[in-house]
Amino acid sequence: MSTTEVSPARPAAASGTGPAPARRPRTFAQANRRLKWAMLTPALLFVGLMIVFPLVYTIDLSLTDAFGAVNAGKGYVGLQNFTDALGDTRRFWPAAQRTLVFTLGAVILETVLGLALAMLMRKPFRGMRWVRTVLIIPLLTTPVAIGILWLLILDPTNGIANHLLAGIGLPRQEFLGSVSQSLPTLMLIDVWQWTPMMTLLLLAGLTTLPEEPEEAARVDGANAWQRFRHIVLPMLGPTLATALVLRAVDALKTFDILYATKGAGGGSDFEVETLNVYAYGLTFDYQEYGLAAAVLVLFTLFIIGVVVLLRRRGGRKTA
Amino acid sequence: MSTSSQLLSRRSFGRLAAGAVGTGALSACTTGGGKPSADTPLRIMAINHVWSQAIRRRTKEFEERIGRRVSMTLLTADQLASSYNVKLNASGTDVDVMMVRALQEQLLFAHNGWLADLSDRVAQDEEFAWPDFQKAPRDASVSGGKVLSVPVVTERPALYYRKDLVEDHGGPPPTLEQLMATAQELTDKRKGFYGFVGRGQRSGAVSQWSSFLYSHGGDFVVGGRSGIGTPEALAAYEYYGRLLARTGPPGATNMSLEQAMPIFAQGKAAFYIDADAIYSSFLDPQVSTVRETVGFAPFPAGPAGARPHNIPSWSLGISKFSLLRDDAWEFIRWAAGPGMTADLQKDGIPGARTSVWSDPRSLASFPPDLAEAMRLNAERGLGYDRPRVLQVGRARDIVGRPLVAGILGNDVRPVARDADAEFAGFLVRDNRHKES
Repeated sequence: MSTTEVSPARPAAASGTGPAPARRPRTFAQANRRLKWAMLTPALLFVGLMIVFPLVYTIDLSLTDAFGAVNAGKGYVGLQNFTDALGDTRRFWPAAQRTLVFTLGAVILETVLGLALAMLMRKPFRGMRWVRTVLIIPLLTTPVAIGILWLLILDPTNGIANHLLAGIGLPRQEFLGSVSQSLPTLMLIDVWQWTPMMTLLLLAGLTTLPEEPEEAARVDGANAWQRFRHIVLPMLGPTLATALVLRAVDALKTFDILYATKGAGGGSDFEVETLNVYAYGLTFDYQEYGLAAAVLVLFTLFIIGVVVLLRRRGGRKTA
Repeated sequence: MSTSSQLLSRRSFGRLAAGAVGTGALSACTTGGGKPSADTPLRIMAINHVWSQAIRRRTKEFEERIGRRVSMTLLTADQLASSYNVKLNASGTDVDVMMVRALQEQLLFAHNGWLADLSDRVAQDEEFAWPDFQKAPRDASVSGGKVLSVPVVTERPALYYRKDLVEDHGGPPPTLEQLMATAQELTDKRKGFYGFVGRGQRSGAVSQWSSFLYSHGGDFVVGGRSGIGTPEALAAYEYYGRLLARTGPPGATNMSLEQAMPIFAQGKAAFYIDADAIYSSFLDPQVSTVRETVGFAPFPAGPAGARPHNIPSWSLGISKFSLLRDDAWEFIRWAAGPGMTADLQKDGIPGARTSVWSDPRSLASFPPDLAEAMRLNAERGLGYDRPRVLQVGRARDIVGRPLVAGILGNDVRPVARDADAEFAGFLVRDNRHKES
């Protein structure tokens, strides 16, 4: 059966003279292609406006000395901002290091705890529904609210955490009030909030695994650890890699909880100033738009690098 | 049914897209550059402060006066600063009256051309009585020879103290030396009681520390160069660091107004130095357990005498992009006029007009010891509490570093030396920006 169809003749009024020529036959595939583009256009426009334009604009801004106002008499300075940022051992490199430490610390803990919880929840048990509901609660709360909540709980003078510590005879801690304890405390808050997501993702992965290989290993005398190490973990590899990439990218970009608890500048000794917090400060506190844009471009490249690295590692493991 | 009949041809799609873009551009022009309709509200962006809350309660009166609705948005200081950055960078016309910190943002906003020049308006309006404003706040309102804002709230540091505890020590300390000694005697960290509480955050503490700096004979900039490496500044750094490290609560380096104030309000500290404008927090039974015992005193004298700051903490300006500048000016005339300033000061909100401060009736609402402390501090005060530069945020970050070192109990000298060198370089760059 032919898919060709004949279009109706163009009305005479359209051309103004005589009978209109017949429109070219159009295949279904051609029509479908046009429909596809028509349907895609709003999404493409959106991506262009919301992603491509800001990205291009940021790159353009990073090559200028924009200060004070974005458009106020900026001049192009080439790669000067990148040189300045990469040569800044006072703020940029410590911030990059903190970003990495925060991400690695939080994600490793979340993965280990998430996997442990997922393994525990693998077999149905009484009250499982309740446990899952409780697990979801931290995920549903906004980071700023979580920041304020933990700020109150961990307040060195009036917070409940120190009352509890004193109750069991342990010394009072400064937690978020301390220069040295702030970053580890924030990592633990991140772990508290995001471990449930890792648990749920890994649990979803675990439920799709076939049971036969494990059964066979059990019959062959493998103990629980051996079954987990040599059967479950390799099979869970793709899910684990995806969960790791998702969480790592999210952890790298953490901003709100750091800002809500330690304010602008990442604390009094810049103790929780990550690249995100640094770029925010350059933009909104210092109005150094050119330098801030350069830091953000470097940060984006850094994130892309981490994702590529994780995907390669994940791909190698699952290959 | 024909499939093609449902499709857009390439040409008609192009027309549709061009039409959409054209309509968007036209509508953008209409809202951006057109004359606002009578329904357009006068948009005021302000800090969430007792002054703006009091004004908001009275806006009906103003709406009836100009025949236009008023829309007032109250935000925190950080939110307000970020909103201005975003809106004014985009030349947004949706802000008319701006509440600004003359000492924090005005110079930068002037550099960016974001504030309308009010020089002619204040000069030509006799009823508004511009010369009636105190000199220091009036001077802070002028940038590049133009009046860019009108001060509405002024601020000085007050020494808040616990009368019941300090009585046996001869009353509130008149000198910084005595403050240190009494605070140390009253501190009992094991019981969770502290001799002194104050701001300790790197940037947030700088404005309060300025009074300690001036009273030690120092300044942020001396002869156009960094003054934070001078012996006087070093002594002020060491004093403030020692005071908070020895007698302050744990976690002081994370404390700004919001964290320090409740500690005093909940009866856990003997002394607290912060803005006098927040005194009502300690008289409010809902937040304070010390309302019966709180006392107010002037800033204690240091080696160079008592030299606190006396600043316009908040002012009103008009956005350069506003389409309702006349109505915005009417608002400023009304909100910062002699009548309103007197009314608000009677409600306990310190204004910036000399006439109001010299009228005993306007001080009647303040506790007598606070009114006296305010009067003395205003008399002795300097008109700024932070470096007067374009990038105030960056300057505060640099100046505040040795403060933090002192509070952490570290040696202040090497950090101050380093900060001094950084501040010197910063001042050169800042001057270059000013000239650009």
